[in-house]
Amino acid sequence: MHGYALATPPSKLPGPLPVWRVDVARAEWSALAAAVRADGGRLVSLWGSERDAAAAVSAAYATGAGLLLARLALDGADDAYADLSPWFPAAACMQRAIREMLGLRADGARDERAWLNHGNWPRDYHPLRAACSGRETFAPAPAAYPFVRVEGAGVHEIAVGPIHAGIIEPGHFRFSVVGEKVLRLEERLGYVHRGVEKRFEGRPAAAGVRLAGRVSGDSTVAYAWAYAMAVESALGVEPPARAAWLRALMLERERVANHLGDLGALGNDAGFGFGLAQFSRLREDWLRTHAERFGHRLLMDRVVPGGVAVDLDAAGAARLDAECVAVEASVRALETLYDEHAGLQDRFTGTGRVSAELAATLGLCGLAGRASGRPGDLRVDHPCAPYDALAVRRVVETGGDVAARVRVRFRELHESLRLIRALLAGLPGGDVQVALPHGGAAAAGIGWIEGWRGDVLVAVELAADATIARCHCHDPSWQNWPVLEHAILDEIVPDFPLINKSFNLSYAGHDL
Amino acid sequence: MRDLLERLVAGGRPSEPLPLAEPRWRVTPARVHEEMLRRLGRALAIREVDAGSCNACELEINALNNPYYNLEGRGIRFVASPRHADLLLVTGSVTRNMREALLRAYDAMPAPKLVVAVGDCGAGRGPFDENYACVGSVAAVLPVDVVVPGCPPPPLEILRGLVTAVAARA
Repeated sequence: MHGYALATPPSKLPGPLPVWRVDVARAEWSALAAAVRADGGRLVSLWGSERDAAAAVSAAYATGAGLLLARLALDGADDAYADLSPWFPAAACMQRAIREMLGLRADGARDERAWLNHGNWPRDYHPLRAACSGRETFAPAPAAYPFVRVEGAGVHEIAVGPIHAGIIEPGHFRFSVVGEKVLRLEERLGYVHRGVEKRFEGRPAAAGVRLAGRVSGDSTVAYAWAYAMAVESALGVEPPARAAWLRALMLERERVANHLGDLGALGNDAGFGFGLAQFSRLREDWLRTHAERFGHRLLMDRVVPGGVAVDLDAAGAARLDAECVAVEASVRALETLYDEHAGLQDRFTGTGRVSAELAATLGLCGLAGRASGRPGDLRVDHPCAPYDALAVRRVVETGGDVAARVRVRFRELHESLRLIRALLAGLPGGDVQVALPHGGAAAAGIGWIEGWRGDVLVAVELAADATIARCHCHDPSWQNWPVLEHAILDEIVPDFPLINKSFNLSYAGHDL
Repeated sequence: MRDLLERLVAGGRPSEPLPLAEPRWRVTPARVHEEMLRRLGRALAIREVDAGSCNACELEINALNNPYYNLEGRGIRFVASPRHADLLLVTGSVTRNMREALLRAYDAMPAPKLVVAVGDCGAGRGPFDENYACVGSVAAVLPVDVVVPGCPPPPLEILRGLVTAVAARA
C-alpha cells in the first residue's frame, strides 16, 4: 500500500480492517506526516508507550487505503520526536498529554504547558512509565494555569467551570470578550482524568473491555467494539457472524439514542423546551427497550472480546423492528416542527459556523466534520462486517453551522433506523461468542469504529500471557475540542451553550 | 402551531409514580432530621457535580428530567448554583483534578447540606478506585448521606436515592 517513501514497506496487521504498520526512522517521522497531509489524509491518534525500557511514539493516520500506523522507537539518549502540529494542529494537545504520561517531548512544540496534570502529581511523574505502578499518590500542589490573555480596551474575561451550570461534565472555558462578542475562547480540560490507560496494564485481555466501555459512557458500544476488535486481531480470533451483526445493531441503537438526546437538548438550548420534552421521551422509551431486550439501558458490557454477551430472539427482533417504525414516524413529525419553527431556525442558522477550509485545516472529524463537508465515515470508507453488506448511505452537509449539525443528526437518525431494520432482517444464525485463547506470542491489535460522535480508536499491546501491556483509547473529541474554540469566534456568549451542544464533545473520553 | 398543540394533546401525561424510599441506602439517617424536612417542605433544589464519571451517570441524571419522572411536578429541580442547593448530587470516584472544585461547591451550599453519591464510582465500588489521579469515592472527600449503587443507576433508582435522602425516618 501507499506511495509514501519509506525505508521499510508497511505490513498489514491481521483483522477485519485495512490496518498497516511500519517502523519509521526519525527523519521519516515528520516526512510521513507531511506526505499524509499532502495526500489528504488525517491524523487519527498519537500516543506513546514504553516496553522493556524502550520508549516509542505511534501515530495513526487515516488514508485512502486504510489506517497507517507509524511507530518511532526512541532510544534512551534522546526522548524527543518531531512535533507534528505543523501538519496536524490536533497533535498539539496529544503531544502535551504524551509528555505528561511518558516524559517524551515533542521537539519544536510551541505550547509546553501542562494539560492533564493540574499539579496534583509531580511534573516528573510519568504514570505510563513501567517504573510507575499508577498507585502512587501525592500531596496536591495546584499550579496557576497561564491562559493566553487578550489585550485591548474593553476586553474582559469570563471564566466558566470546571463545574458548569447544567448536568454536564466538567471543564474550564476562558472567554475573552468585548461586550458580548467573543474574541477568544481557550479551553482547559483534564478535570476528569482518571488514569484509565494505566489501569488497563496487567489486566487479562478479556477483562479490559469493562474499562474500555467506560472511557466515555455515551459511546460504550463503540469503545467496547473497538477494544474487542483490537484484542481479537491480536489473538487471531474471529467473532461469529451473528455477533458482528448484533454489535452493529447495538452501535446503531447507541447512535439513535444519542441523536435523540442531542436533538431534544439542541431545541431546548434555543428556547424550545417542547422539543426536549418530546425527544427525551422518545429517548427514554428507546433506553427502556435496551434494558428489556439487552439487559442494560446504555448497553454497557454487552460487547465482549470474542462476540457479544447477549442474544436476541425472534420476538425481540420483531419488537425492535416495530419500534423503529414508530420512532421514525415520531421523528419525522418533530423534524417538520423544527424545520418550520422560525425562532428555532433563527438561532440555528449561521451560528457557530466552521467552514470546510477550517474543518480541513484543523482535522474536524465525525459528526461535526460531516456537517462541514468532511465526508469521513468508517462505515462507508472501510466497512467491516456487517457494514460491508448494508451499503451505508453517507450523510454530508456543507453549512458548518448549528443548523447543519442538527440536519446531520436528523439524517443519520433516519439512516440508522433503516440500518437497524436491515440488520434485524438479515441477522445470521449461529453462536454469538467464541472463546479466547489464553495466550501465545506477544501481539498487537487495532480497533477502529465509527461511533455516534466520530471514529474511536483502540490500540492494544498484549503480553504473551494475554494480559494487557498497553492499551491506548482515542476519542474523536481530541480533534474536535480545538475546533470549538474557533466556532465561537465573533459569536455572542449566550450562543456558546447552543454551539457547544451542537458538537457535544466528550470530556471523559478526552481526559481519560 | 396547530401541529404542536395536537402533538401535546396526543402525547398525554406520561408521569409515573414516585418510588418508595430505600432505607438500606441511608448512610447517616441521623443527618436528615425533622427540622430540616420542615424547612425543605416538599421542594428540593439539587446541584449536580460530575467529579470524574464516564458521563453515563450524567446521561441517567439528565433522563430524570424527562416527562416520565415529572421531577418539577414533585418539587424537585436542578439548580445552576450550589448556593441555591439543598442537595449535592455527586458522580465519579472524584478525580484529584476535581477534588477542590467539589469541595468549593459543597462549601458554597447553605446548611443543612445533603450529599448523595450516585453510581458505583461515587460509592467507591467502580473500576476507578484510588490511584494517582482518583481519590476513590465521594465519601473520601465529603460526608455522604445516601449512596445509590449501579453502573449507572437507572433514573428511577436515582430518584429513589433522592427520596431516601429527604425522607425523615426509615
